Amino acid sequence: MSTALLHTGTHEKKAVLSKKKLLPYWLLAPGIIWLVIFFLVPIYQLISTSTQTQGYGIGTYVQTYRFANFIDAITSSKAQLIRSFEYAFLATLFALIISYPLAYAVAFKSGRWKNTLLVLIVAPFFCSFLLRTVAWEQILGEQGLVIKVLRFAHILGAQDHLTATPFAVVAGLTYNFLPFMTLPLYASLERIDIRMMEASGDLYANALTTFRKVTVPLSMPGVVAGTLLTFIPAAGDYINAELLGNPGTKMIGNVIEARYLEIVDYPGAAALSLILMVTILILVMAYVKRAGTEELV
Amino acid sequence: MVDASTSAHGDLTLKNLTKRFGDFVAVDDLDLVIPEGSFFALLGPSGCGKTTTLRMVAGLEEPSSGSIFIGNTDITYEKPYKRPVNTVFQNYALFPHLTIYENVAFGLRRRGVKDVDAQVQKALELVELTHLSSRKPNQLSGGQQQRIALARAIVNRPALLLLDEPLGALDLKLRRAMQIELKWIQTEVGITFVHVTHDQEEAMTMADTIAVMNEGKIEQMGSPADLYDNPRTSFVANFLGQSNLIKGSIVDASGDNKVVDIFGTKIALPAARNHAHDSSVLLGIRPEKIRIQPAGTSMNGNILTGGVISDASYIGVSTQYQVEMTWGQELMVFEQNDDGTPPLAKGDAVTISWEPIFTFGLAGDQDANAGSEANPDSE
Repeated sequence: MSTALLHTGTHEKKAVLSKKKLLPYWLLAPGIIWLVIFFLVPIYQLISTSTQTQGYGIGTYVQTYRFANFIDAITSSKAQLIRSFEYAFLATLFALIISYPLAYAVAFKSGRWKNTLLVLIVAPFFCSFLLRTVAWEQILGEQGLVIKVLRFAHILGAQDHLTATPFAVVAGLTYNFLPFMTLPLYASLERIDIRMMEASGDLYANALTTFRKVTVPLSMPGVVAGTLLTFIPAAGDYINAELLGNPGTKMIGNVIEARYLEIVDYPGAAALSLILMVTILILVMAYVKRAGTEELV
Repeated sequence: MVDASTSAHGDLTLKNLTKRFGDFVAVDDLDLVIPEGSFFALLGPSGCGKTTTLRMVAGLEEPSSGSIFIGNTDITYEKPYKRPVNTVFQNYALFPHLTIYENVAFGLRRRGVKDVDAQVQKALELVELTHLSSRKPNQLSGGQQQRIALARAIVNRPALLLLDEPLGALDLKLRRAMQIELKWIQTEVGITFVHVTHDQEEAMTMADTIAVMNEGKIEQMGSPADLYDNPRTSFVANFLGQSNLIKGSIVDASGDNKVVDIFGTKIALPAARNHAHDSSVLLGIRPEKIRIQPAGTSMNGNILTGGVISDASYIGVSTQYQVEMTWGQELMVFEQNDDGTPPLAKGDAVTISWEPIFTFGLAGDQDANAGSEANPDSE
């Protein structure tokens, strides 16, 4: 009798224990399900599509494991692929050059205006990405103030344009992704203990040396985060090239879009998408490794 | 790189130094000479202006008026990186992105010194942390970081080393050990140390000279023994250790010992230890200088009768009594447990006495409790 009771007791305990053990998985479940549905399934679909070939009707494709799709994709769109990385690199560089002084000023010199300035930096997000890019078309366009001023100052001649140029595309990219550079930079600059700079001054470093030897190295996590957040979306962007560029400034995003929606070449578009993803991944990994900021983050 | 001011040396002189933040006067017309090679402590409660004074000397804060000299060189408005002054910051402020070696070498490299390696090694040897030179600061314990901060400053051989609450973040045991080590290192390198602290024990252990600061002014300056035995203000008497201060009036000022009347009893006060400007006086005596006996025992020196023990706490080395006197004031008496007799108990009637030479007299017009709420010992 007593042993039987004891047995049921341990059984109940086991049941409670296994329920407790399962709890973390239940908590993870929503995230995992989300990832499976919206990441793993699409990525599988993408990989699978990339090696298919055309079937018996337009828009129907069958799996033939044709890996030459990748070679075809690269050879036909090499120029746009390289251009995408060039433009993304330039936009990232300009964003960094503009953002660093801005973030520095907000973090250290803004006093009671700090919050106002931060809101102003984020303010563009209150308006759609697309609309803002269309607005840039207006700003740089023939009726815009910029071109009038530049022509008046004889920097541009009467025949020169700003829209439909590589300049306009890079400017648009820089503008659109600027907050993604500024905010991480600001966050890491703001975290720097002011006493680090005092200590540097105390140890015979003037303002410039302090900036080079203390401020910049300590802000590296922000530089890495900001450049990644700018470079990655800029490399895949097609809105700026579409609205501000010309046929000679097409980026890889435009090619992928055209293949999906206009040519209806799903395998080619999928192959290009994968190539873009993998290239970015490799570049990012090499960059993070080289920056070596893991000890600072 | 080395110009006239970075190579200046000599006494540190502060002349009429004042710092205002808006309406608040942090440092009020301070005059001070700190002799070259001394270990000097600026002691005071938080907000007394000691850290502001230090920051002005370091060049991190600009004085509102007044001037700062090292030897004959005026450094009042000199840029911090051009001063022959180094600071050990309160939370060390080691550079997290540099190794210990590079942290220590930082100042030497900025000045373009030739034998960086030899000097860094020597500084690391001095603080006994040579084996950690390739680590990063966050891999070190608090005590080790403290020593590196010291090595990083000392390696530059400044005319003046400023220490801003350098031991504040360490636990008690480590703090004691570092106090002795700091004192030893100061003797070893012979650099003037200016040490800012709110901890009176720390100041007394290390410093040759202590300046007690309160509300932007120096209350009193002197050797630790001088400040403790012969305080001049009630703030110093209460901030450094504990004191019994009793209101009285001088009734006979003719002899070497002035005679003070406190609530009907005549007490002898050595004339040299009286700092009152008129007959109104706060008579001071340290609790450990007082002897205590059951009422009726005959005693010598200054005697007060009619006390009743209102509280007795036995703390091992001594017994601490609160004795309520006939006029209602409670006096503290610390009695060493060294004569084999059982401690007296609460409610016992007692007589207390002390040698007249331990008595000090303070001006009677000040607050008898000034400084006691700021004293961490009295909490």
